[in-house]
Amino acid sequence: MADAPVPAISVRNIHKSFGQHEVLRGISLDAHDGDVISILGASGSGKSTFLRCINLLETPDEGEITVAGEAIAMKRNRAGSLVPADRKQVDRIRSELAMVFQSFNLWSHMTVLQNLIEGPVHVLKRPKAECVAEAEALLEKVGLAERRNYYPAHLSGGQQQRAAIARALAMQPKALLFDEPTSALDPELVGEVLKVMRSLAEEGRTMLVVTHEMAFARNVSDRVMFLHEGVVEADGAPEDIFTNSESERFRQFIGGFQA
Amino acid sequence: MDFDVAFLVSTFVKLVDAVPMTLALFAASVSLGALFALGITYCRVSGGLLLSTFARAYVFVFRGSPLLIQMFLIYYGLGQFPAVRHSLFWPVLRDPFSCAVLALALCTAGYQAEIMRGGLQAVPAREIEAGRAAGMSGLLLFRRIIAPIAIRQALPAYSTEVILMVKSTALASLVTVWEVTGTAQRLISQTYRTMEVFLVATLIYLLINFIIVRLMAFAEYRLSPHLRERPDPASGGGRQGEVHG
Repeated sequence: MADAPVPAISVRNIHKSFGQHEVLRGISLDAHDGDVISILGASGSGKSTFLRCINLLETPDEGEITVAGEAIAMKRNRAGSLVPADRKQVDRIRSELAMVFQSFNLWSHMTVLQNLIEGPVHVLKRPKAECVAEAEALLEKVGLAERRNYYPAHLSGGQQQRAAIARALAMQPKALLFDEPTSALDPELVGEVLKVMRSLAEEGRTMLVVTHEMAFARNVSDRVMFLHEGVVEADGAPEDIFTNSESERFRQFIGGFQA
Repeated sequence: MDFDVAFLVSTFVKLVDAVPMTLALFAASVSLGALFALGITYCRVSGGLLLSTFARAYVFVFRGSPLLIQMFLIYYGLGQFPAVRHSLFWPVLRDPFSCAVLALALCTAGYQAEIMRGGLQAVPAREIEAGRAAGMSGLLLFRRIIAPIAIRQALPAYSTEVILMVKSTALASLVTVWEVTGTAQRLISQTYRTMEVFLVATLIYLLINFIIVRLMAFAEYRLSPHLRERPDPASGGGRQGEVHG
């Protein structure tokens, strides 16, 4: 047999402080191709910050990040903090890790279709006709084909988030990072977004999902990570962790949702 | 007052002859001012302490003092210094048209820089973040995301400034540039018919500004389909969805 497969994302010992407040206190994670990992935690537990450290939207104070075997080069600046050594590498890695945001963050001056082809055409420098054809197929898949010429302001929250997911997929990423993708939605719109995410999980996409959706974490993901005060408090397969976690805090956390 | 149509028409014809000069002052100073403003805005938003202090001071001085005095200082004032008269810039600084354009440009640059800064600040951080997350940075991020949104935000204030500039060109008459207002004053000194001549001049400024207002409104309309009514679903979004890569 060959060596163990290279993880799609490997994160080692991430630390991050905002001022005096240490948000992440040494978090590690390996995500292999096809893994769907739900990251849970109370607000303020550092789960979004952790996700944003992976594509360096936040710069970690300590730690290493490796994407498909390629370590992101970091160096220390004069003040002694960690900074990316090579901006071009960061841009490239970000283009390989597509992100879906809590408030969609679609580009308001572009139509849905333009949002989808923007990255492929201008970052990946791919031929436009090809990108448009792929984008239309993706919009079909998320159920927005007939909305492709709409501007984000003319869509519902659920439609905007589905468009944002399609925009992420258009980059043909190695992994998808979801930062609370349903938290800004009206309850009746959550389902349509979760349905799309579930279909992505089923086709074997690598996904890291920061979420409060317990049913998604439990039924769709392969693994659940529970963060508490900047450390991994519980971690395991959902069938184990949801039924008999050793962590009293995690039992309390999920108890709050069942109530 | 007699209503002398023949005189009004002949005045109109004479003043229309001066319109190219007014438009030249306007076009040269607004575009030169926009270039200066880009530099000042850059200093203000991305420069260090030194550059941003310079930008603030510039805006304070040129926005805070009368344009007429700025123009007099440049045209009448600078020529008093022998160093200026013997410098490379003297051919420019001795010429009334160049001095008027320079004064107008320096002044509008202060206002335009503030308008540009406002436009940049109004770009939502989350749309910039989405650009970064897709692998954009530097010029690409500015060109594709930041600038298009900032321009749309700044356009209404920018049209006001452009219209003010059309009117400000009248001040050039005081440094002997024969544009519409200067020509009107010359006609008045020949005919003593203040009311009619200035009314005709007013009409000409209104016509120029009417065209500019329409042009700016058209630009605004074309750039903001996302702020208009939701398209009719039956038409599939109409023609507004042309893809411009």
